[in-house]
Amino acid sequence: MYHKEKSIQIKNSASALYNNLSVLRIAPRRLTYFTVVHANVVNMVSASWDGLNYSHRQLQSKEPNVATSTSLIMQAAFCVLPSRELLVITSQKGIQMYESDGSIMVYWHALDTPETPSAQAVFARGISAVWENYICVGVSSGSILVFDVPSKGSNITLSEVLEEHKESITDIASECSGSQQCIADLVSADDGGNLCVWKSGEEFQLLNKIPGFDMSCSSVKLWKGTVVAGYGTGQIRLYEAVTGILHAEVNAHARWIYSLDIAPFSGLLLSAAEDSLVRVWHLTVSQETNSVEVAHLHNECVTDTQICGARFCDGDGYAFAVTGYDLSEIIRYTQT
Amino acid sequence: MSARTLPLVFVNLGGEMLYILDQRLRAPIASEDTSDKGVWSERDRRRVLNDVTATLFGPSFVDELLKPQQLYSHRTLKTVLTRLAHASIMRLNPASMDRLYELTTMAVKHQVLLCPRPKDLLLVSYNHIDAVRDFVRDSPAVLNQVDQAHRRIIEVPAGSGIYSRADFRSAPSWSLLPQVYSSMSEGELQLLRQTLLVFFQDMHVRVSLFLKSKIQNPGNGRFALPTSGPVPHGTEVPGLIRTFDRRGREVRRSEFPPGGSYSRPAGGGSFGLHGARGTLLGTNTYAANRPEETLASRASAQTGDAPNPLAKEELNLLARLMGSMGAQDGAGAEGAFRISMFSPDDEEQEAGTSKEAEAFEVISIQATQVGCRWSSHLLSITRTKQNALMLKAAFVPQPVPSLFCILHRQRDMLVFCSAQDEHVASELAQIAGQFSGAEEQAENPCGNKGDDLLAMMDDL
Repeated sequence: MYHKEKSIQIKNSASALYNNLSVLRIAPRRLTYFTVVHANVVNMVSASWDGLNYSHRQLQSKEPNVATSTSLIMQAAFCVLPSRELLVITSQKGIQMYESDGSIMVYWHALDTPETPSAQAVFARGISAVWENYICVGVSSGSILVFDVPSKGSNITLSEVLEEHKESITDIASECSGSQQCIADLVSADDGGNLCVWKSGEEFQLLNKIPGFDMSCSSVKLWKGTVVAGYGTGQIRLYEAVTGILHAEVNAHARWIYSLDIAPFSGLLLSAAEDSLVRVWHLTVSQETNSVEVAHLHNECVTDTQICGARFCDGDGYAFAVTGYDLSEIIRYTQT
Repeated sequence: MSARTLPLVFVNLGGEMLYILDQRLRAPIASEDTSDKGVWSERDRRRVLNDVTATLFGPSFVDELLKPQQLYSHRTLKTVLTRLAHASIMRLNPASMDRLYELTTMAVKHQVLLCPRPKDLLLVSYNHIDAVRDFVRDSPAVLNQVDQAHRRIIEVPAGSGIYSRADFRSAPSWSLLPQVYSSMSEGELQLLRQTLLVFFQDMHVRVSLFLKSKIQNPGNGRFALPTSGPVPHGTEVPGLIRTFDRRGREVRRSEFPPGGSYSRPAGGGSFGLHGARGTLLGTNTYAANRPEETLASRASAQTGDAPNPLAKEELNLLARLMGSMGAQDGAGAEGAFRISMFSPDDEEQEAGTSKEAEAFEVISIQATQVGCRWSSHLLSITRTKQNALMLKAAFVPQPVPSLFCILHRQRDMLVFCSAQDEHVASELAQIAGQFSGAEEQAENPCGNKGDDLLAMMDDL
């Protein structure tokens, strides 16, 4: 179904972090951007569609002053809003937002770090664009910071802090940004496997809480009103977002799942885990009968590699890219 | 990331180091000096293992490890491990120490990577502690220290989400909180594991023992990850899709090819003070093998060789850790057995000791005799008319041991450390003093830096 293409070499290897690959397709310029986190650096590659031109850029985590140790980056993700696209980088010290090509930093938000180190780790993790003008970022305390983003310029403000989760946020996902109307347009996941479903707005509204099983949910997606969640046990579960009804349960992987992605136009689901496997599934969500079907389509094994990032490169799922711990390349696959 | 890595790092790296020392000291190796000892006696070997274990599990060292803090660089870790290795009558030349560090870090990297679930990291650590207990079984005092340290490590407060940060700050002593390593959530343990994996990233040194047992690929130095075998506890064997109706009843079951051959999980391991741990990771794989030399194939990026200046916090940690290990027996070093464990090359030994000379400014002050441990003495600096910096004790409750003050001009920081061990202090000074030439170019005039330094000192 898929065959391997030429890999893209990156300057550093990928770190073992959840959802450690972000992809942005720029159709007008026939380019795709990829970002991969390595310790305190984000490696950005811009690849032309004809496969001839690659340019690299590195972004560092912001250090408040040189006397302190380096701040490790937890995640880097592109946020696509109707008016603009930003690259958001979250670290132990705070949240940096750049123009999507990484050229200018437009916003910096420092996290409250205690003066003396506390036993509880402090960091930001979980990034998503929501609706027309919001970017949500999760924090290790369980809070979710909601930033209001104007259509241009750097006048980004913190609009709300959502306090619902009690454990560290792992991932945040949304659907229906800008165009359609959805009942629920945001889902957040935490280290206890708890999921919160929200409706965005001037004040975000909590629609539902789906309790976890004391097992971390490392990656989450929202599509056609269905929450797709990947867990440390290697299981994938599909829930109806507003009601919390469990539609399906897949014993998908033999190790911790690190990344999920959905191609919204075709309903293809990508899952990747520490067991070296990437799997492609097909989801059918019938909103009339309120039923969901999951079918397995394809496996790819990346030998001797614990995979940490997997993303479709386009909305149909025609191609996808994969990163692995200690691997200095982005592996690409295309449909045959 | 995780602030709870140090105890596990030292237990595992220290444990691996003891395995290797135990194996190497059994073999007939000629010592470097011209003493007439051609072979290590059983008594000497036991003595080395006891001394190193006693230092590694010494209460003040464990105290320092248990404080919440970040995991720093390889250079810091290597300095501390070198000090540990030299806690007895044995001395390793720099080349041997390099090899020892490579072996131990690659072994622990393998164990951390292959842990089926993050919680198994604790079982790996307990395997190390169990084996170390066995090494020192004939010395009740040291054995007791290991037990005490093991208990404290199991009972380290985890600081998980139940307590807010405000609770932590107001608690009289963090040791009163009942959270333990064993009750850290899987998510927190995975964060700890991810922190360790960042630390071990890009290390691909080929270890002949691993190559021989097919644990490591000779081509790229990556560890072999099998796609078969038992799944971890709590995980189901992949291959099943279950669909439910709106009332929660299962309506369909289908299977898919898992792409590997997995089986149900094996028996669990004990997380207590004793018991079978249920995994071979962390056990002594050297015991069954003859001493082999490592093939140091440094294909990938070096760790810790680039002379990046250490952060102030890192230097402080280093000073505290070295201080908490107690004074080294200076006289002992003379009569110590110098051994070259891994490579007989003398040139390497010479190369290891020649460092650049005075890249830093060291001011030494002799106060009174060596005696107490110091940790909170305040000194102020005044600038005399001749532009010299004069150090003066402002608050000295006890006799101040002779100390080295390291003035790191370019980095605007000051580190005070006990100089009970001159060798240690000079090594710290060397590390603090390393900086790249480019930085020096972009320097402000010296005068400004000095004033900043004065201002900083006044704030102390």
